[in-house]
Amino acid sequence: MENKIINTVEALLLGAGRPMKLSEIRSILEASGILVELSDIKRAINDLEARHSGSSIEVAEVSSGYRLKVKDDFSESLSHLWSEKNARLSKALLEIISIIAYKQPVTRGDIEEIRGVHVSTNSIRSLLEREWIQVSGFRDTPGRPALYKTTKKFLDDLNLKNISMLPKLPEVIQEKDLYSEVV
Amino acid sequence: MYFKGKNLIQEINTICCINKAITLHYVVFIMQNIAKNQLEIPLVKGQPFDSIPDDLFIPPNALELVLESFSGPMDLLLYLIKKENIDILELDVSAITDQYIEYIELMDALKFELAAEYLVMAATLAEIKSRVMLPITEEDEDEEDPKLALIARLQEYQRYKTASENIAMLPLVDRDFFVASAAAPRIKQKEPSIEISIKDIANTMQEILERPKLTNSHHIDFEELSTQERIQILLEILNQREIISFSQTLRKKEGKKGVVVTFLASLELAKDGYVTLVQNKSDQIYLRSNNAKGAL
Repeated sequence: MENKIINTVEALLLGAGRPMKLSEIRSILEASGILVELSDIKRAINDLEARHSGSSIEVAEVSSGYRLKVKDDFSESLSHLWSEKNARLSKALLEIISIIAYKQPVTRGDIEEIRGVHVSTNSIRSLLEREWIQVSGFRDTPGRPALYKTTKKFLDDLNLKNISMLPKLPEVIQEKDLYSEVV
Repeated sequence: MYFKGKNLIQEINTICCINKAITLHYVVFIMQNIAKNQLEIPLVKGQPFDSIPDDLFIPPNALELVLESFSGPMDLLLYLIKKENIDILELDVSAITDQYIEYIELMDALKFELAAEYLVMAATLAEIKSRVMLPITEEDEDEEDPKLALIARLQEYQRYKTASENIAMLPLVDRDFFVASAAAPRIKQKEPSIEISIKDIANTMQEILERPKLTNSHHIDFEELSTQERIQILLEILNQREIISFSQTLRKKEGKKGVVVTFLASLELAKDGYVTLVQNKSDQIYLRSNNAKGAL
């Protein structure tokens, strides 16, 4: 693999600071006069991975494409860079995003049905602002409630490639082991 | 303070013996009430609420958990079931209902604002409990068993609760892992400060005042003089005389408009062949009737 292509791909990933699809990389390379196949770019990315095996960063494939991330080993050190910690997600917010993730598309009513408690507008707005969920349509029932589904950014932010990589939704437990696993 | 130091410590000890995980908030609450000469002791079910009743089941750390707030009544119910260490399927509604309601009363006594959903759940539990006590009639068999329905809901909720706990364990960007980037930071363009002098303002004002009033509305009048009507008049004139100069057909009071309308009428007549427009070397235009010459 030509070193120039590898370097250009690396430069693009660094410069973008966001995940990039192979096709997007190809069209940018094409615009700068480098004609390559998608498979060439995939190989360039593999070469990049090899190149960085001994460094602090790595290539990660997520829902929106490929991006460079700092290896997890250095997260602890990096977290000291910022004085304010990234706020923990509330229990309620986690339950809401989980129901949307596993049952999408769902309405607010569907979520309330499962949780047995009112879903506040703030919770939904907070998830919309994070761009973790989006309105995918409206259910054809009276009131035409909005249907929500998760976004690519939700998967990106959890470093996942697709929705099936989420932990499996537990089955309904029929036996006594229900309580042993939840402490 | 009403209490001497020794009594106060004894009192706190007593409370803490009952519940080791009691919060400072609650201790202060009780002490304040006792300190107010026992005048304002809250009543629960008509009984003074000056200490935690002996028979009230309060699991260790319970109050702390209550304070941490459950995510809803289902969450609280699951917690109670878990504390009892029983299977959801073998749910003893009667016992759980009592505990649940005691919790709610406790939270109420502690002046926590309760969401309506907690009370709905209390009502549901009470309904199930009351059904158990009633003899089963044939009618009831057709109805959905509220206990089974509740158990199904609890199980369904349990699935998503566990799922949400799993998701919470996943690494999260900017918290557990970080994106490597050399992207140029987005620089906010600084708004240039406005430099303006009094002279500029005066000049601008002057300029605005001098602007033509383009915003004035234009009123379009209905056509006062009708071309059709003028054609009739011209035809009448030409019935009486074969030829007439254009200027003679005009009426002075109609002014320019009259000239225009008469001219249009003349053109119309000429087009349709009723008149011939004649202009000799002079400036005068003559209208000559074609009828007078031909048909008549």
